[in-house]
Amino acid sequence: MNQFKVIAAAAALALSAGAHAQKAEVIHWWTSGGESAAVKELAAAYTKAGGTWVDNAVAGADNARAAINSRVAGGNPPTAAQFNTSQQYHDLISEGLLNDVDAVAAKEGWDKILPKPVIDAIKIKGHYYAVPVNIHNPTWFWYSKAALEKAGVKGEPKTIDEFFAALDKLKAAGLVPLALGGQAWQEWITFYAVLLHVGGTDTYMKFFKDHDPAVVNTPNFKKAMTTLKRLHDYVDAGSPGRNWNDATAMVITGKAGFQIMGDWAKGEFNNAKQTAGKEYGCFAGFGANAPYMVAGDVFVFPKTSDKTAVGAQQKLAAVFTAPDTQVAFNAKKGSIPIRTDVDTSKMDICSQAGVAAMKTASRQVANPDALMPPDMVGAVTDIVSKFWNSNQSVDDASKALAGALKQK
Amino acid sequence: MASTTLPGPSPRAASARRPWRSLGAQIALLPMAITVLFVYVGTLLWSMRISVSSSKVFPRDDFIGLTQYQRLFETERWNISLNHLVIFGVLFIGACLILGFLLAVFLDQRVRGEDVLRTIFLYPYAMSFVATGLVWQWMLNPQLGIQATVRAMGFPDFKFDWIVDQNMVLYTIVIAAVWQASGLVMAVLLAGLRGVDESLWHAARIDGVPRWRYYASIVMPQLAPAFGTSFVLLSVGVVKVFDVVVAMTQGGPGDASEVPAKFIYDYLFNRANIGLASAASTVMLLTVLALLLPWWYARALQAKKEAKR
Repeated sequence: MNQFKVIAAAAALALSAGAHAQKAEVIHWWTSGGESAAVKELAAAYTKAGGTWVDNAVAGADNARAAINSRVAGGNPPTAAQFNTSQQYHDLISEGLLNDVDAVAAKEGWDKILPKPVIDAIKIKGHYYAVPVNIHNPTWFWYSKAALEKAGVKGEPKTIDEFFAALDKLKAAGLVPLALGGQAWQEWITFYAVLLHVGGTDTYMKFFKDHDPAVVNTPNFKKAMTTLKRLHDYVDAGSPGRNWNDATAMVITGKAGFQIMGDWAKGEFNNAKQTAGKEYGCFAGFGANAPYMVAGDVFVFPKTSDKTAVGAQQKLAAVFTAPDTQVAFNAKKGSIPIRTDVDTSKMDICSQAGVAAMKTASRQVANPDALMPPDMVGAVTDIVSKFWNSNQSVDDASKALAGALKQK
Repeated sequence: MASTTLPGPSPRAASARRPWRSLGAQIALLPMAITVLFVYVGTLLWSMRISVSSSKVFPRDDFIGLTQYQRLFETERWNISLNHLVIFGVLFIGACLILGFLLAVFLDQRVRGEDVLRTIFLYPYAMSFVATGLVWQWMLNPQLGIQATVRAMGFPDFKFDWIVDQNMVLYTIVIAAVWQASGLVMAVLLAGLRGVDESLWHAARIDGVPRWRYYASIVMPQLAPAFGTSFVLLSVGVVKVFDVVVAMTQGGPGDASEVPAKFIYDYLFNRANIGLASAASTVMLLTVLALLLPWWYARALQAKKEAKR
């Protein structure tokens, strides 16, 4: 009887100690099949390091961000919260509502191993406030090899003119040349993909980083807008409202030739048991030195003075950036690791192409969300979506864009 | 003979009891009064305060005058939203009132199975706007819905792709909303119709008045209060229309079916600019007040006139 009491007491003690072992509530929006599998890798790594992961998935990126802002403002913040590599959390920083992770950054040497666009997004006023977990490129070009063969297109287009020639051949063969989901954010991606790859990095930066309204009158910008208008003819009539993965499904089944979408689309191809280089191909831009856009996800740590919570936050930061976690997580997510010193040989050829592109620092370009505040992104998205869907002229749309850039 | 007076409380005792009775009532109303004062009026004033500041994600204490309002009316999407609200409002209220009236008159003819029919017509109102919007979106989808079905039935040139057409998408939203709400108007007007004296119809028949004339000239004026109620209920739905737009078209191809409530929601949450969203909300409030106040004033004047008579 006494022995039983001792064992019970010891078990209770162990359980209570385990319960206090660095509980971390993490809010994120990774709810699709592939994303769930990826975030489970993060949870597994954290649990292995001795912490307790409390998952709080909120479906929909906008809903999740709204929930995070409300909780932080309301004084009941989670231990960690997901954002994109962007300016979405800058307001939280300026209000002093985030803990910094300078200690982990110094220990892991982030200044040396992270690419510059990522550092620019997470290092504000000399302090690190967010932990990057992956690098996504939203402007990959995916194509169905079967569709291109049927249309008689030989090889990947290396220039924008070859791309249009391929689109023409696909149209003539009765296939859908460009699969697009007619939702504002997908039209937005198409816009900045065309601005970057047709207008050029300088024009792109003048627009997104400098917010220079005069850029809309430059010939490169006008060329990009005209190209965007031209692309609309190659999209099928059922496009408005279509989800992005339904558009990818058109490429997977060979009904459509191309899709401009981020590398999270690889999850769809994998689910359909297709292999990169066999049934589908990918390229990140036109030509060998095409700019490579750097986007992705980060985790921020809301301010708390609770010692256990701060310890949990530091542990999360260290675990997220550890090489093993990076490889396991990014393999499931479709993105590439943030560290350049990990083994990427087991990744598919598209990811390896991405890693190779990232090695050239001059090719790295920050994504629009990292260069513009969220409400300016929203205002520009509205104008782009209207331009894409209506008969608005290039001049009118350019004027409207210049007006949006002038707002504070 | 002395006039009999009923035994009752003396005036002083009555007035002594009255404050006690009204005190109980006042206490019962207190929670509602506090809610109205602090929650409705208080947050309303707070929103107006935020609309003259530069708040982004979190409220800021600064004062920037009417800059947010200036930016609001320079935003094309906002002006288009207001435009769409007016078009939607006129069509929705008009169609609901007409359709609701016709359904109520039809049911008033003492048809067999009136209860069942009444339930069927009112049932759409029990559904959420989101479910309605989603199903209508599928039905109106050119590849999946009505256009595809009719084409499969052997009419290859049939076109009904309003939902992807910039100029027509707003009317699809009107269709879905009218389907949803005309049942409610029917129920309100049917109740009003049942209050019309049956003998009026008999008198009209004796005079040889045709049925439609009877309804138009005799019944409809008597239904004025019921029409008023329906109008108010429908107008409330118009000003806050949001879920049917989000479920059906997310604002339509481009911004062809944008509405103010969606603009406010987007800027409040996704776009992290509560200053602009508050300015938009204040504009909506002032618009509604501008429409209501003259009407209230006219009604108050009319009531005074009636009291004087």
